[in-house]
Amino acid sequence: MTAPEEPVRRWRGTAGFAAVFSAVAVLALVAAPLLLEPFRLGLLAKYLCYAIVALGIGLAWGQGGMLTLGQGVFFGLGGYAMGMYLKLNDAGGDLPDFMVWSGVEELPALWKPFANPVFAPAMVVVLPVAVALLLGTLVFRQRVRGAYFAILTQALAAALVILLVGQQGLTGGTNGLTNFFGFFGHDVAADETQRGLYLLVAAVLGALYLGARQLVRSRFGRLLLAVRDGEDRVRFLGYDPAVVKTLTFAVSAGMAGIAGALFVPVVGIISPALLGVVPSLELVVAVAVGGRFELAGAVLGAVVMGYARTYFSEELPDAWLYLQGALFVLVMTLAPKGLAGLAAGLVRRREARA
Amino acid sequence: MSETLLEIRGLEVAFGGFRALDGVDLTIGKGELRFLIGPNGAGKTTLIDVITGLTKPTAGSVRFGGHDLAGRKEHEIVRLGVGRTFQTSVVFEELTVLENLDLAASFRRPLWSLLRRRRGVPEEVAAALETTGLAPLAGRRAGVLSHGQRQWLEIGMLIVQRPTLLLLDEPVAGMAQDERERTGELLTDIARDHTVVVVEHDMDFLRRYASRVTVLHEGKVLTEGSVEQVRADPRVQEIYLGRAREGAEDAVR
Repeated sequence: MTAPEEPVRRWRGTAGFAAVFSAVAVLALVAAPLLLEPFRLGLLAKYLCYAIVALGIGLAWGQGGMLTLGQGVFFGLGGYAMGMYLKLNDAGGDLPDFMVWSGVEELPALWKPFANPVFAPAMVVVLPVAVALLLGTLVFRQRVRGAYFAILTQALAAALVILLVGQQGLTGGTNGLTNFFGFFGHDVAADETQRGLYLLVAAVLGALYLGARQLVRSRFGRLLLAVRDGEDRVRFLGYDPAVVKTLTFAVSAGMAGIAGALFVPVVGIISPALLGVVPSLELVVAVAVGGRFELAGAVLGAVVMGYARTYFSEELPDAWLYLQGALFVLVMTLAPKGLAGLAAGLVRRREARA
Repeated sequence: MSETLLEIRGLEVAFGGFRALDGVDLTIGKGELRFLIGPNGAGKTTLIDVITGLTKPTAGSVRFGGHDLAGRKEHEIVRLGVGRTFQTSVVFEELTVLENLDLAASFRRPLWSLLRRRRGVPEEVAAALETTGLAPLAGRRAGVLSHGQRQWLEIGMLIVQRPTLLLLDEPVAGMAQDERERTGELLTDIARDHTVVVVEHDMDFLRRYASRVTVLHEGKVLTEGSVEQVRADPRVQEIYLGRAREGAEDAVR
């Protein structure tokens, strides 16, 4: 009834995947903290935070066809939720330092609940997901898609930046939230804490990756691909594409929120410059370079582009922007499936020869 | 005919100044196999588009099994039991044949249960693979299928939806002779336990497989009857069959 090769291929695929995934996980969780000096480990942790956002972009864009140019919004919501909690915790009942400098005399009502160690981390996920659900419901029901959706998400990122910068006393303005001391009872600057944070980020990325992979391989994942390739046809299979897209967009937003929250203690700052149009676009470029049709490609792209950025900023600071642009153009024209597509092509060629 | 399944009254559709449908009345009984013919621009596809929610009518009503279809969205109409195919088949090329069918068969499942991976092949999907003769290709990507195989896959996807009413828009267009015969058999098979409406241009195909025919012309129902009755009607001969007999290719597209 089914094609005979199917079970065989699936077994090999699963076994191969388990081997590769465990190898990468062991390397990331055990080897990296041992081999890398604290500064480099911190950088890697930062890239892995971006990789979590990239995973969400891979899901929404690569699998679902929703080109989201505003993931910075969700990253920012998660980051600010965490930042507010850390700020209040550091202040220990007083006003956070930047509020004092801005002449704010009483803690704003918006901030009050973020002192709660359960509420604030919950908001890291709840806020981005809620915004994405609202936006998705409004937009996808109206059958807004393609470039219009992309522009809308980008405008949202720009709007959030303006909002944050404008509310100096509430948000720290251009400087954002920074100067953190503690993280849930640990000294956030200590090597020990940073190593722990790195492990946390790596573990969260691994778990989210496995979850996203399960999602992609489920019936829902097949449906998502179908929506990407033929939204109008999917309606005639009895599904509402707006629901499928909204849910997926919300999942990708939740991932970005978690990434933003982890980013804050790892890097020590969350500010409008980290979540505006440019960083949002840079991550989309990274996903394209890594390969948007594979979740692993998206993750890989974020890490590779993170390293490339650091390397070139250290060696040739002026060249990076041009290089990044050139790389994007090259990938889009010559290898639209990115690094992951090139790798898959090599494997296939070797198998064909064997 | 027995119980009425689909009842269309005074249906009008205007695109700008052009009246694609101009007061169409049509009744389809439960279990019927109805062919819908007419020259290009007669409004056949528009009619199907209105029934399935793709085009909004300017006036008139469509009732299906006791439901008024006006204002319902496409997927809601599918969920009521109306399924359709398109002139140009649109299967999901990145998915395998099996996955295409499974997706079509799963829309009644609760959304959360879709988060699980498919284990094995659901019964109705296996049956559709057999019916359509696509079983040997189950694991192949739908992108590699031939035109005829795509049409069958699409018909298969329609069957696994278990609709009450099937609307097929030119199922044999562009097919080779042997593929047409295979499709005709498939159609006869399906019509045994479904209500089917077929839009078809192909006269040969019509003569072989049609029982009841409705002729549309310039957005109106011209006549209705058995193949013989319709063929004997001089008006039909003039607008349609006549031209086809003279060998005018445009009538058969």
